[in-house]
Amino acid sequence: MIEITMPRLSDTMEEGAIHKWHKSQGDTVAVGDILCEIETDKATMEYEAFDSGILSTILVKEGETVSIGALIALLDDGKGGASPSDIVKKVADSVARAVVTPNPAVDSAPILERSIRPVGNRRFASPIVRRLAENQGIDLNLIQGTGPAGRIVRADLEAFIAQDPVVLAHQSTIVPTIFTQIDAKRGSEKVEVTKIRRIIAKRLGESYRETPHFFVTATADLELLTQMRSDLNEQNAAKGIAKISVNDFLIKATALALREHPMINVSYQGDDSPTILVNHRINIGVAVASKNGLVVPVIEDADQKNIMSISADTKRLASLASTKGLSLDQMAGGTFTISNLGMFGVEEFTAIINPPEAAILAVGAAIKEPVVIGGQIVVRTRSRLTLSSDHRVIDGAQAAEFLQTLIGILENPWRLLS
Amino acid sequence: MVMKTYRQALRDTLREEMLRDESVFLMGEEIGVFEGSYKITAGLLEEFGEKRVRDTPIAEEGFTGAAVGAAMLGLRPVVELMTINFSLIAIDQIINSAAKIYGMFGGQVKVPLVIRTPGGGGQQLGATHSQNIELFYAFIPGLKVVAPSTPADAKALLIAAIRDDDPVLFLENLALYNTNGEVPEASEPAIIGKAAVTREGKDLTLIGYSRMAYIANKVAEELAISDGLNIEVIDLRSLRPLDRETIINSVKKTNAAVVLEDDWLTYGIGAEIAASISDGAFDYLDAPVRRVAMAEVPMPYSKVLETAALPSIQDVTHAIYETLDAMGRPRHKIGQGHD
Repeated sequence: MIEITMPRLSDTMEEGAIHKWHKSQGDTVAVGDILCEIETDKATMEYEAFDSGILSTILVKEGETVSIGALIALLDDGKGGASPSDIVKKVADSVARAVVTPNPAVDSAPILERSIRPVGNRRFASPIVRRLAENQGIDLNLIQGTGPAGRIVRADLEAFIAQDPVVLAHQSTIVPTIFTQIDAKRGSEKVEVTKIRRIIAKRLGESYRETPHFFVTATADLELLTQMRSDLNEQNAAKGIAKISVNDFLIKATALALREHPMINVSYQGDDSPTILVNHRINIGVAVASKNGLVVPVIEDADQKNIMSISADTKRLASLASTKGLSLDQMAGGTFTISNLGMFGVEEFTAIINPPEAAILAVGAAIKEPVVIGGQIVVRTRSRLTLSSDHRVIDGAQAAEFLQTLIGILENPWRLLS
Repeated sequence: MVMKTYRQALRDTLREEMLRDESVFLMGEEIGVFEGSYKITAGLLEEFGEKRVRDTPIAEEGFTGAAVGAAMLGLRPVVELMTINFSLIAIDQIINSAAKIYGMFGGQVKVPLVIRTPGGGGQQLGATHSQNIELFYAFIPGLKVVAPSTPADAKALLIAAIRDDDPVLFLENLALYNTNGEVPEASEPAIIGKAAVTREGKDLTLIGYSRMAYIANKVAEELAISDGLNIEVIDLRSLRPLDRETIINSVKKTNAAVVLEDDWLTYGIGAEIAASISDGAFDYLDAPVRRVAMAEVPMPYSKVLETAALPSIQDVTHAIYETLDAMGRPRHKIGQGHD
């Protein structure tokens, strides 16, 4: 009997839901068959069988969420061992030891909780932990439980508080009762934090706390680029080809600039690591606001793709993102990210680095503005570009040089058509 | 303060109350000439005479009923039932008469009756003579049930029971009769319905009554020395009324409780305590409330099996360790041989 457990499908995954079972109980399973689809914090992935046999028992139904490592099904490989009912019993059975039970008819031992396991996405926490955590505004999802069945007990909460300076600071300034009163005055409503929002909060919080960001801003003259783009789109429209966006050109230009500045395309590996990672592939992540929250699909090898191919990629990925159809693979492996708020009229802004990358480009709106060129005031289409860099691996001059190269490419845009 | 046995404290208190109030009189099987099966009434027949120390036939229902009648008419009978097992013969008089009359007759008649009776196993008296069925009476509104665990409480609660205008079942315990303790000389009644925190602590609340309160204190003392644990012990002293406030306040402080009882676990006193904690201190619990009780069997006669069936010090220690483990509390030393 083979025990099939919830796999870890990404670094940030803590639990997964069964989206759909492709096999039913009693079905024959061959190696490589798709057993089910698993929905993680970011994507839905297919789970293939590593062994062949008969799917004897499904333990987690469609729509149910369990932690990594939890038993989701049993596969009978014909080799015997514990029967499904034994294993299921092992999981669900909760009859305690009885001290003396000579007569089963009068025995009625209490159910002890030691054999109960968490089911679904509920975190076990003792009542006092739930109360204290709520009073102090502490997210129990951040705490590792060490009690029975992974229950978070008071000792875990206290250890967590003791080691987290943010919580400490929070605690010393906020008196819970006052907090509650103010909430009432504000007419506050508690809205559940979605999984994706939790991940965003955790990762970007870590990034901003731990990464020494510095910001370099420069202006790119996009007059030629916008002209070239409208000419190209006009010609393409006649052929029925979809429009190319300014952002597509930005991706290509950034990729080319990164090729010239490989030390921007790196990852810091921590204070204790003797090395940093220099990434030889240039994979550009594009921050997309989807209805589910921020997602960052990745255009792989953007330096080697032509503009039409990049444009096709971004359109496909953005549309998948808006329907939560992005796979983990489509979001993994980025080496640099572009965040563009130009479409909202934002002139300039700074972005938080998406770890483990070392830099992110924040792109402002392309705006027509008066500029002095050759002693004359002329109107040009310009855009502010702000590079956020991890100062542990990138110095100010490097960031400035990269930006200079990037702007050079954007202002002489014909290279982008190659 | 004077050092006395639990037995002596009971005997002296009966005598003092009989001296104090002429309406107090004793009834029971072999309490006069034989001075009681457990010698609680030693010397009292000689001192007070047959009118106030009455030997009865072996007919619990009859003499308990007679005591109810005497109480209704203004006397203060103290009935001795040889063991709580024999109360089963008198149960109709206790539950349907003693407990009900005051309410059913609109408060016109009080029943100031005391029924003294020992419970407890461990004496190889067999299944029918080793039960702890005080729960039957603690279940009944209209009755009070007290259960002292020390000689001092035996005195204070017996005074309170005799002076109380309601029927009181006064639970003694065979295993406690020879225990020693300091007893105050003054006749100060206890407050019925008030538990005692007999040992203050912060690590865990250990709750018991009668013999199990005695065990609780003993285990707490041992674990303080062996493991540096700081266990709070509550001696319930009264099963009805039940002092939920003291229990809840303690659990709010310690976040965990282990309840000890000599009766059976299922539907037992411990279940009531655990439910009370869940009601009053749910948001303070860091571990489930654990109960230690007797095995769910009629008490065996064999000494070995009888010992195995009764909750032991090891069972209590084990439950405490498991509860502390569930809370992730480090222990200095780990008890041996409890698995």
